[in-house]
Amino acid sequence: MTLPETPAPEASFEAPWQAQAFAIVIALHRRGLFTWAEWTEALGAELAAADARADGADYHVRWVTALERVLAARGVTAPDEITELAEAWARAARATPHGMPIALANDPGTP
Amino acid sequence: MAHDHHDNELDPMEVRLRALETVLTRKGLIDPQAIDAIIDTYEHRVGPRNGARVVARAWTEPDFADWLARDATAAIAAMGYTGRQGEHMRAVFNTPEAHNLVVCTLCSCYPWPVLGLPPGWYKAPAYRSRAVMAPREVLAEFGLTLPEETELRVWDSTAELRYLVVPMRPEGTAGWSAQALADLVSRDAMIGTARARVPA
Repeated sequence: MTLPETPAPEASFEAPWQAQAFAIVIALHRRGLFTWAEWTEALGAELAAADARADGADYHVRWVTALERVLAARGVTAPDEITELAEAWARAARATPHGMPIALANDPGTP
Repeated sequence: MAHDHHDNELDPMEVRLRALETVLTRKGLIDPQAIDAIIDTYEHRVGPRNGARVVARAWTEPDFADWLARDATAAIAAMGYTGRQGEHMRAVFNTPEAHNLVVCTLCSCYPWPVLGLPPGWYKAPAYRSRAVMAPREVLAEFGLTLPEETELRVWDSTAELRYLVVPMRPEGTAGWSAQALADLVSRDAMIGTARARVPA
């Protein structure tokens, strides 16, 4: 006889990028780029912003902002560099035929 | 009829994460395969079933319960539940006199190895601020009304120390196996926003 499973908890991630952002922080911490206390401080500061939503709907976006701030503070990469690459990815996605894997190499560049 | 797209429009956060992953991979700071492995671990391998097994064992083995009360980190690690955000654990036991509730007022510190990743409400400012200021109201919203005389202890998790609530064993479960008991222990019961389920 199998016992009934307890109901599955609600999904922790609503989109793959949220899981990715989570995992990147774990990986960078494992590498020693920052201590966990440093991370929670950075995240806490973001979450405490005056315009943070009371229902926490922006939690994962703020997680990413905190990550970018830590990366900038460590001299790893500046938000501008990330924005440029993000635009390249967006162009690459638009240039990729539907059903094909999106690769950064598909970026046609800026006109 | 759906509009037929021949191109792909990615969500802004999706492209941002692709960009972050690209730049960090180029700098040799992350390995995309390791990222996938981490996601798999947290989506499939850790979760509140682990914590439920810890609680059920504490209910059935007094020696284990003592150990859990004394050194939760070691007792939990002995069951194989180790890893990030579980390095320093403390178990807090509910009694007829006192109920325990866990929050992280700063961000979202949570004992991942035993509970998996936190639910959305745990990370929301509404819960994080009100669990401390108005814990009885918060519990009532979860459908848990405590008698006036029950003391309420609120534990604020930190990067250094995380808490696991050991709920009270429900009446009518004498002689139950640890495996059967674990099914009565929900994630919320181990955060303190619920009691263990009472068998039907």
